[in-house]
Amino acid sequence: MPTAGPAGSIRRAVWRLRLVFLFAILAALPYLLSYSQQEIAVLLVINVLLVCSYRLLTLTGEWSLGHVVIMGVGAYASALLAKQFGVPVPLSMLLGGCMAAAIAALLSFPLFRMKGFYFLIGSFAAGEIIRLIWKRFTDPFGGPKGLKRIDPFPNIETGFLSIDFYEPVNYYFLSLVIVSASLFVLYRVERSRIGLTFHAIHWQDRLAESVGVDTFRYRTLAFVIASFFAGIAGGLYAHYVGAVNPTRFSVDQMVYVLVWAVVGGTTTLHGPILGVVVLTVINEIVLRALGLDTARPLIYGAILILSVLYLPNGLESLGPRLRARWRLWRSGPAAGGGELA
Amino acid sequence: MNPSGERPILEARGLTRRFGGLVAVNDFSFSVHEGAIHGLIGPNGAGKTTTFNVISGFYAPTAGQVLFRGLDVSGRKTSALAAMGLVRTFQGSTLFQEFSVLDNVRVGRHLGARAGFVSRLIGTDRLSEREADAKALETLAFFGLQELAGEPVSNLPHGHQRMLGMAVALAAEPRVLLLDEPFTGMNPEETRRMMALVRRIRDRGVTIMLVEHDMQAVMNLCDIITVMNFGALLVEGAPETVRNDPAVIEAYLGSIDGAGHAS
Ligand SMILES: Nc1ncnc2c1ncn2[C@@H]1O[C@H](COP(=O)(O)OP(=O)(O)O)[C@@H](O)[C@H]1O
Ligand SMILES: [Mg+2]
Repeated sequence: MPTAGPAGSIRRAVWRLRLVFLFAILAALPYLLSYSQQEIAVLLVINVLLVCSYRLLTLTGEWSLGHVVIMGVGAYASALLAKQFGVPVPLSMLLGGCMAAAIAALLSFPLFRMKGFYFLIGSFAAGEIIRLIWKRFTDPFGGPKGLKRIDPFPNIETGFLSIDFYEPVNYYFLSLVIVSASLFVLYRVERSRIGLTFHAIHWQDRLAESVGVDTFRYRTLAFVIASFFAGIAGGLYAHYVGAVNPTRFSVDQMVYVLVWAVVGGTTTLHGPILGVVVLTVINEIVLRALGLDTARPLIYGAILILSVLYLPNGLESLGPRLRARWRLWRSGPAAGGGELA
Repeated sequence: MNPSGERPILEARGLTRRFGGLVAVNDFSFSVHEGAIHGLIGPNGAGKTTTFNVISGFYAPTAGQVLFRGLDVSGRKTSALAAMGLVRTFQGSTLFQEFSVLDNVRVGRHLGARAGFVSRLIGTDRLSEREADAKALETLAFFGLQELAGEPVSNLPHGHQRMLGMAVALAAEPRVLLLDEPFTGMNPEETRRMMALVRRIRDRGVTIMLVEHDMQAVMNLCDIITVMNFGALLVEGAPETVRNDPAVIEAYLGSIDGAGHAS
């Protein structure tokens, strides 16, 4: 329910202020980073879209193992459209997203005959088939070596403005704009009746179906929307890095997405964002500094286990918990400690 | 069975449903007439829930047909049947437990609150959504649940959860409502209120078919009762006829845990 009245408008104003503040930080961020850290920041922004689009699919209760491959579909499609057909790059990215969505729509026919664990395995199999196709067909996919020298995002050259997207700072801002717009769309979807219906299917698909919800159609819709934005993330990736190959979209990478989502939590939109940001920071700053890069899978595994054990509702639950503890502490020990569960 | 001679709104013809070797519903036929409260009873395991599952499209019939509003709808999807006006409730409290009471009924308004994808995104569905919310609140008020609209479902006592289940179904504006054990787990006072509500729903023009173990409720409420046993039709008739039928008494006495219900 939208909150009306002065309390609601104050809350809305506070939210707007927070968003402005957040964007100010995000705008200042690249100037505080080294060149190589800027490159990481670009990939981080792309990964935010990847994991947030993944969360939309999980709203219906289905967890896929093919999401990174779907991102790859967007990456390959956009790269090939630009390389072979000369489609201008921003348009090719959009078409890459559409391609990923179309593949998802096709896959939903076999996949949504299954639920839960079987869907998980089915999505993995579907992803592996797509990767096999990339590996097997050197023309046009480049085989195991993949595609190289993918057209970069075109520079903007007008009389008074010149932006070179080879610069990580500039590509960071480009990604930030595209990803923010995408997140806004995902947010709107979830806040609308469509989101309510996704949740309804998750909690009681039989009841939803019995009041007229075509659960197959809505599961497909969630899969298609999630895949579209994964495809956009893939396009952003391909035209930044300039090369894609089947290994880049392997199930190892999918495990990272799962860890980000689980560690961050999937109840809120900001949960997976927290997950990917915190883990990337740990990974790139702490592990690199300690020279533990190669132990990454091990440490990710440990973090996953620790978070499932000690933070089962994800990083997103940390804020409210700390706030509750703070309130309790302020109101004095006499207030009792029964509230912290 | 049908004095006016008009076509039944819901009909089963030779309905059969097998699970492997087990025949849960066996060549079962019945007709439900518009405006009736039609009881479906039988000992435990007789096949009542399976019959509901086949009628409402959760299972395809192994053989036979389901006719709704004169159309053969056998094997159609549940959601498609709901769109035609055939809606069922579930045994137990099958609800969206994590939602608020109001959001449960809002999902029930799914068919009434139509809007395109883009209109949902840019918020031009506001008018139809406001209408859906108003209808949802109206439905809650009908069940006396409007004060609980903002509560999470898990806070509701069992009796209220059963009523909410019916509210969700009614929000879909059915023409035929299938109720699976609506009074189970209710105390006598709640059962009385629920019976009055079922009558009022019928008076609003909704045809009702219900499965129930509470014999007193069934006998009081129903215009006609179909008794099934071992998946097949045993007896059909007015409550007084069925109550005194020796075959019915025998079926209930013969079943292990049905004996208590027959008294
Ligand atoms: N999905 C199923 N798979 C296998 N057997 C089932 C299934 N559903 C019901 N049955 C069996 O069908 C018979 C009828 O069950 P049911 O329709 O639930 O009876 P009732 O609702 O009259 O108590 C029972 O023997 C039950 O075990
Ligand atoms: Mg039953």
